[in-house]
Amino acid sequence: MNNIVFLPVLLPLLTGVILIFFARKTGIQKGISFLSSLCGMAVALYLVHYISNNGIKVLEVGSWKAPFGIVIVADMLASLLVLTTSLVGFAVLLYSFRGIGKEREKFYYYSIFQFLLVGVNGAFLTGDIFNLFVFFEVMLMSSYVLLVLGGTKGQLRESLKYILVNVISSAFFVITVAYLYSVVGTLNMADIGRRIGEAGQPGIITVIAVMFLIVFGLKGAIFPLFYWLPGSYFAAPIPVLALFGALLTKVGIYSILRTYTLMFPHQQGYTHELLGILSILTIIVGVIGAIAYWDVKKIIIYNIVIAVGVIAFGISLMNQDGLAGSLFYLIHDMIIKAALFLLAGIMMKVTGSSSLREMGGLIRTNPGLGWTFFLAAISLAGIPPFSGFSGKLLILQGAAEKGAFIGMAVVLISSLLVLYSIMRIFIYGFWGNVTSYTPASSVPVTKLLTPAVILVAVSVLYGIGTEFVYPFIIQGTEPLVDPQIYIDAVLKEEG
Amino acid sequence: MKTNDLILQTVTKVCAFVIILFSISIFLGGHYSPGGGFVGGLMTSCAIVLLLLAYDLKTVAALLPIDYKIMIACGLLISASTVAGSWLFHAPLMTHAYSYFNLPILGKTSLHTAVLFDLGVYLVVIGVTMTIIQTIGESE
Amino acid sequence: MEILMAIVIGILFTTATYLMLSKSILRIIVGTGLLSHGAHLLILTMGGLKRGAVPLLGEHAEAYVDPLPQALILTAIVISFGVTSLFLVLAYRTYQELGTDNMDHLRGNEANE
Repeated sequence: MNNIVFLPVLLPLLTGVILIFFARKTGIQKGISFLSSLCGMAVALYLVHYISNNGIKVLEVGSWKAPFGIVIVADMLASLLVLTTSLVGFAVLLYSFRGIGKEREKFYYYSIFQFLLVGVNGAFLTGDIFNLFVFFEVMLMSSYVLLVLGGTKGQLRESLKYILVNVISSAFFVITVAYLYSVVGTLNMADIGRRIGEAGQPGIITVIAVMFLIVFGLKGAIFPLFYWLPGSYFAAPIPVLALFGALLTKVGIYSILRTYTLMFPHQQGYTHELLGILSILTIIVGVIGAIAYWDVKKIIIYNIVIAVGVIAFGISLMNQDGLAGSLFYLIHDMIIKAALFLLAGIMMKVTGSSSLREMGGLIRTNPGLGWTFFLAAISLAGIPPFSGFSGKLLILQGAAEKGAFIGMAVVLISSLLVLYSIMRIFIYGFWGNVTSYTPASSVPVTKLLTPAVILVAVSVLYGIGTEFVYPFIIQGTEPLVDPQIYIDAVLKEEG
Repeated sequence: MKTNDLILQTVTKVCAFVIILFSISIFLGGHYSPGGGFVGGLMTSCAIVLLLLAYDLKTVAALLPIDYKIMIACGLLISASTVAGSWLFHAPLMTHAYSYFNLPILGKTSLHTAVLFDLGVYLVVIGVTMTIIQTIGESE
Repeated sequence: MEILMAIVIGILFTTATYLMLSKSILRIIVGTGLLSHGAHLLILTMGGLKRGAVPLLGEHAEAYVDPLPQALILTAIVISFGVTSLFLVLAYRTYQELGTDNMDHLRGNEANE
């Protein structure tokens, strides 16, 4: 009886459906979503606790046995990501109460919000490659709606491009699954991993691995495939942007992490080296973008690209330290990106512009905002006691072990430049004079600040409490380093 | 411009109901023969679209005073609760149960819980299709 | 039969690519539709084409057809149905709002709002 494993998907689904009935009553919508978010966090916490005591839990949906039916697999990696998702979801929801506006609330914003969480949690938890596609689609459909909700000209224009890119990548996903099915004859990820291991990964599987890299790379914004991201994300309103920046690209990265460790770890010479090179290029392009722009939103959006590169670099190393570092950094980045976007949103609300040239002196009018942003900024850059540090350190250790010194250098230099790019926001936005704009007094800064403060506090605790978190990370990394653990857990009858 | 669509309207009066009946038959037959909620739902919405073509939005809205968005929600709710329902019986989610019953007129019939799930799909498909068509149709 | 299917799929993908590279939104949407048709046919072909047998009936059936590809295709069709309809509605709204369906005119960035 492992039905609890599916609850992180079922809960937001039911909530989203119930919210449709209260489309006109925003007060009730807020109340229900708030309660559901709290329950979601409690469930995710319990799941992490349960997995840490009992190991990997598998739910065979509809009582169909493992390689034939769909399985929902909660290992520590998935549970930790589900927990982070529900935390980010909770914070963004709190921000939305004040920051999204009546218009969107009436057009099913909170329902779609919950459906997005269904997709994200489902993608983390599923153990079936086609089911992964389905949850990807649930997530993407919700993201289309969230992106276009409001219907300004910019949003409509960018949504068209965003949908087109994702429709093509979904078609690619289907094609890749078709190829994989014809070669391997199964869709269960554990079974695929086992069969590829037995066959020793022939050349065609390597081709399929590269196709998966294209599919997930498009969603996760890896180097040659990230071009759609800055434009589309820029059009989204702030709470949506925080949700996208924290969750969507990370699902792509998680999928690369899962497939490359579980299904294609046998011939690393080509695929993982390719991933390594692409990730380094991703970091470089992201850094160039982040220091080139004068726009708060754009700078943080390009920081997403950098983080994706760093995590992908850790995955390409394929050793204990590199993977643990990637997981650590993945969770850190989900939390801190959401916090940064929320903070940037408050800055934009106060100053009425997202350009750094029109800001200044915010530290005098809003000291709380300023210092929270400062904490978030140094946490992002990875200054030692904070959470970005441990992840990067582990990735660097992994790189040193592997002898990937170019990548090491790029990651190190990128950290400095990330610090520069984000400090530029702090310097131009918070220092200087309050002459260039009229501070809006009607913005409920304190109420908007609360969710961001929660996220930053969690991030700081995550950094300081590394000793406490580390065993969970190690447990999450075990099935990545040795996929046999995962395979045995799913196909227990045969193993 | 007022077009003379007397033939279309007369044919529709008969056909729409035949189509709806046939779609329900397809929906219920879905477990052992081709069909099911998705196809049945599409066919029902085809019938409603036919009504829309023959008459106009206002007439059809008076005929079928349904909020299709609420219909989507109902369908989703039915499907999702069927999924969650397995929990009450301590079975893995979406577990499918069926049994044979002797019904008064139909004789020995097999009843499946999957039909409940399919009913949800049926409602969602009608709701989604009609919402799309209404959204585009209304603005003209 | 497989070769014929491969050619058909190839033609679908070619046409889809051609249409998606054109400037009118409507053509692009038709292109994405064809692309997903091609992908669905590809699943069908990759699952192995076979005639004259039914999906698994009992454990001792002599011949059977793999029931999985058609389940996958149905799921994929439903999803592409949803996405295409959303895309159409969105394109229509964009046309109303911006007065053009030409992708060249939809180019641009935040500067020319």
